[in-house]
Parts: sequence; C-alpha cells; structure tokens
Amino acid sequence: MSRISTQESLKKRHRRARNFALLCSCVTWLSVLILAVLLIQILSTGLGWLDWQFLTSFPSRFPEKAGIKSALVGTLWLILLVATIAIPVGVSTAIYLEEFMQRGKLAKIIEINIANLAGVPSIVYGILGLAIFVRALMLGRSLLAGALTMSLLILPTIIIATREALVAVPDSIRFAAYSLGATKWQTVWHHVLPASFPGIMTGIILALSRAIGETAPLIMIGALTFVAFLPEGVMDSFTALPIQIYNWVSRPQTEFHELAAAGIVTLLLVLLLMNATAIAIRSKTERRLK
Amino acid sequence: MSRIGKQSKQWGEFWIRGWMRLTTLLSLVTTVAIIVLLLEESFQFFKNVSPAEFFLGTSWVPLLEPKSYGVLPLLWGTLQVTMLAACLALPLGLASAVYLSEYASPRMRGILKPVLELLAGIPTVVYGYFALTFVTPLLQKIFPQMQVFNALSASIVVGIMILPMIASLSDNALRSVPESLRQGAYALGATSYEVSTQVVVPAGLSGVMASFLLAIARAIGETMAVTVAAGQTPNLSLSPLESIQTMTAYIVQVSLGDTPSGGIAYQTLFAVAAVLFVITLAINIVSQLILARLREAYE
Repeated sequence: MSRISTQESLKKRHRRARNFALLCSCVTWLSVLILAVLLIQILSTGLGWLDWQFLTSFPSRFPEKAGIKSALVGTLWLILLVATIAIPVGVSTAIYLEEFMQRGKLAKIIEINIANLAGVPSIVYGILGLAIFVRALMLGRSLLAGALTMSLLILPTIIIATREALVAVPDSIRFAAYSLGATKWQTVWHHVLPASFPGIMTGIILALSRAIGETAPLIMIGALTFVAFLPEGVMDSFTALPIQIYNWVSRPQTEFHELAAAGIVTLLLVLLLMNATAIAIRSKTERRLK
Repeated sequence: MSRIGKQSKQWGEFWIRGWMRLTTLLSLVTTVAIIVLLLEESFQFFKNVSPAEFFLGTSWVPLLEPKSYGVLPLLWGTLQVTMLAACLALPLGLASAVYLSEYASPRMRGILKPVLELLAGIPTVVYGYFALTFVTPLLQKIFPQMQVFNALSASIVVGIMILPMIASLSDNALRSVPESLRQGAYALGATSYEVSTQVVVPAGLSGVMASFLLAIARAIGETMAVTVAAGQTPNLSLSPLESIQTMTAYIVQVSLGDTPSGGIAYQTLFAVAAVLFVITLAINIVSQLILARLREAYE
C-alpha cells in the first residue's frame, strides 16, 4: 500500500481528490445514461408498432399482422400460477426457519443451501424442470410445468426476502403476544406477519418480476414460440412474453426486431404495473400499521 | 380466542408445523434433485464419451457428423464473455460504489439507487435485443470487420447487467466500514481520495470481493443475452469480434431443436450443465465463505 507522501504538494493532492470524486460521479451517472439510452432506443423503435391490433392478434409470419395476445395471456397465467405456488411455500419456509426452527447444524445447512440455490443459473432450473416436470411427471410442455419450474427458481429469493422482513420485526411484539397467552403460531399469524407484511410484499413482487422476465428456463421446458390459441387450463401448452420477444429478436428481418421492441415495451409495462401495485400495497399497509 | 378449544388449537398448529417442515425440506430436495440428475445423466454421457475427450478435446460438434465432444470451445466462450464483462463492470461498479458510499448526498443516493435497481431488474432477453440492435451496429462503425454475432457486444451488455449488482453490494460493504476509520484518516489530514482508496476500500475489501465473485458467477450463468448476441459457433478464437458459443447458449440451442430423450445429444445437455453448475457453485461458496468471515469480524 502506498503511503501518503509529504513531499507532494497539498494543492496537487487536493486536485487529485477532486478529479477522483468527479470520475466516480461520472461513472455512476453513466449507469443512468445507459438506462436512458436503452429505454429511448426501445421506445422509439417499439412504440410505432404498439397498438390495439398488436395487443389483440396472434403471432404471424407477416410482421404487420403479428401480435402478442397469446404471449401476454400466457404471461398473466404464469404470474397467477407462480404466485399461487411459490408464495405459500416460500413464506412458510421462511417462517419456519426464522420463528420455529432451533438454531443448530441443520438450520445452518438449510441456510447455506438456500443461499447456494439463489446462485444457481436459471438455465439449470430449466434442465431440472425439463427432466422432472416435463418428462418424469409427464406434465408435458404445459403451463403447470412452466409455473412449477419458475416457482423453484424464485423460491430462494422469496425465502431470503421474507426472512429479512421477519428479522426486522422487534421482539417486543412477540413477547407481548406470548405474555397474553398466545401460542407460537398465533403470535406469528396475528402479530409478526402483519408487521412484516410490507417487507414480505416487496420481496414477493421482486421475485415475481424476475419470473416474468426469465426466458431460459421456459425455453428449456419447451414453451412454444408459435402459439395461435389461448391456454384454457393449466395443462395447455403456452407461450410467454420473453419467449415471443426472443423469437422475434432471433429472426433476421428488421421488422421483427421492431416487433420485438414493441414486445419489450409491453413486458416492461407489465413489470411497471406490478411494481406500482407493490408500492401501493406497501404504502397503504405501512400507514395502517403506524 | 377463548371460544377455540385447546385441543383443536393444538391440532391446527400440529398440521401447520408439519406443512412448514415439508416446505423447508423442499429446498434441500431441490438441491439433491439437481445434483442427482446432473450426475446421473453425465454418468450416462461418459459411458459414451471418454472424460479425456470431453475435457481436453478442442472441437465441439455434437449435432453433425463427424461428431466430436470437446467442451473447451464452449468453456472458452463462457470465459471470454465473463472476462471481458468483468474488465468492464468491476472497475466501474467499484467506482460507483465509492461514489454512492463516500460522496453522494442522501438525495443523490435516493435517485441513483433505484436507477441501479431498475437496471438490474431489466429482463436479460432485453439486454440481448439491445446488444444485437444497438451495441453491435455501433461497434461495427469502429471495427468494420466485426461479425453480426460476436463476443464483444455480448460481453458489454453482460457487463452492464452485472454492474448494478457490484455497485449495490459493494456500496453496502463500504458503508459498513466504521465511520471512526474515516474520521481518523481525515484527522490526519488525508484527502477524500486518500481516505477512499487507502482506508475505506481496503477495510471493505472482503465485501467488495464477495460482490465481484457473485457478479462473475452471474455472468457465467447468463443465458439470453449471449444466446441472442454472441452467436452459435463454438470457437477457440482469441478475437472477441467473432461469433462464439457459450455453455449456456449451447444448452438453449439444443433445447430449441427436437432432441429425442436418451440420445447422446440429450446427454450433452446435462454434461455441459454439470460443468456450469460446478463452476458457479464453487464461486458462490467462496463468496459466502468471505461474507461469513466478514460477519464474524464485525460482530
């Protein structure tokens, strides 16, 4: 490590400090610039294609007739199914780990294991889904197989976020409930969970947003790229927004790239809508708790 | 509450606890399932292809005759993208973290942190689109000989993708450095540059390292951006201007086609995925060990 040299003039050292601060701030603002360029590029290309016809048409060989109806409906189905599967499982795992389980070796192993699962590449979950849900359990290329795979993928995120929210609840709330004779579960259900609700909600929405944008696992389990019908049940085959976007991006014609941009705008709008809902729910409950 | 009999209350809790135990076990089952599945199918694969050919072979042609199964070109593709992305994202991410933790006013942080989160939340297929339709045409003006699918533009967007992660996690690490260290250095007459580079960053180094490792693991496992922008040509070339194929892109390529279950082509999926899994797992474990030690040091 270099030592601060006393020979260097003070002026020079101060100039270096100023330049360094400027450099760091420029680098940080570069991220903002990149985000702006990305959004402008997508909006300027995609907005022209985004109309009612685009939202209500099935995919087509002809760009001017193509739409994302089936992909949009598939994504909505997927959000609903993943939420139904992953939220109860993830939240109850977090509650068990945080509130019920004895601190010990097993708890430590499970904790490390969940952290590792959070770092497993999404495509590996796709392979797991392909081998187990699609092939072994014979669910086929169905919505259910896709939703189960996605649920496995986002479970670690939900568990970690829920645990953080539970830790943040002060112990005084728990002790007050116990002292009034509540059982452990009553304490958790009536007091700890409501108090940690905003935090849990944020974690869930972030995890679900990730599920909406993930493409690779769905490609692995064989979500179809050309679906000219709407799924009517959980066993139907389906497509989703990121799959449709990938399909359009991977075609050579420019028109399809522009369609992809319109698809991306739709995807980002869905994500925005979800996050806005989360913020609304959070601010509402936070006010109630205070 | 008093209306509920004690008996039924206990029964209810019994079932609830059972359900919670079951869901907790699920996380262990998932890990075991991944490991067993990858091991079993890779084992089948190595019955047909010798490990020496797989790990040392320099040509990867699994789908066309004459077939050959050397994984090195795929590994090199992944490594190339990861290294270039890291060269871009590690310094920029660290500089952003220093700015956020040492220089930015609370108001600035309030603006910049959500922007970084937004950048991190953009789906990876969008970055693929951006690389193909914006970054590549831009770079082709500088390097006219550049191919449409190339490692460089994929690396750049992967770098952009992991930058917010590094900035955000390193920012947390730097902010957890005790204020007294900074005050001490300032009291000795150090400038903000000297405090940042010689006190704060060295003190928060393990957290910064952990964030680097997590980001690198993420880059290795990144799939859609490299599939869209880097091409489908397994290649040992040193030039980042050429089309390559990463391990993840290969897995996507095979699963897009109609691969019959049970054949060697199907088994290659699992062998390649096993390599990917082992590498990312090793990096994740090291970064967790660093973080665990860090927690001990501060508690």
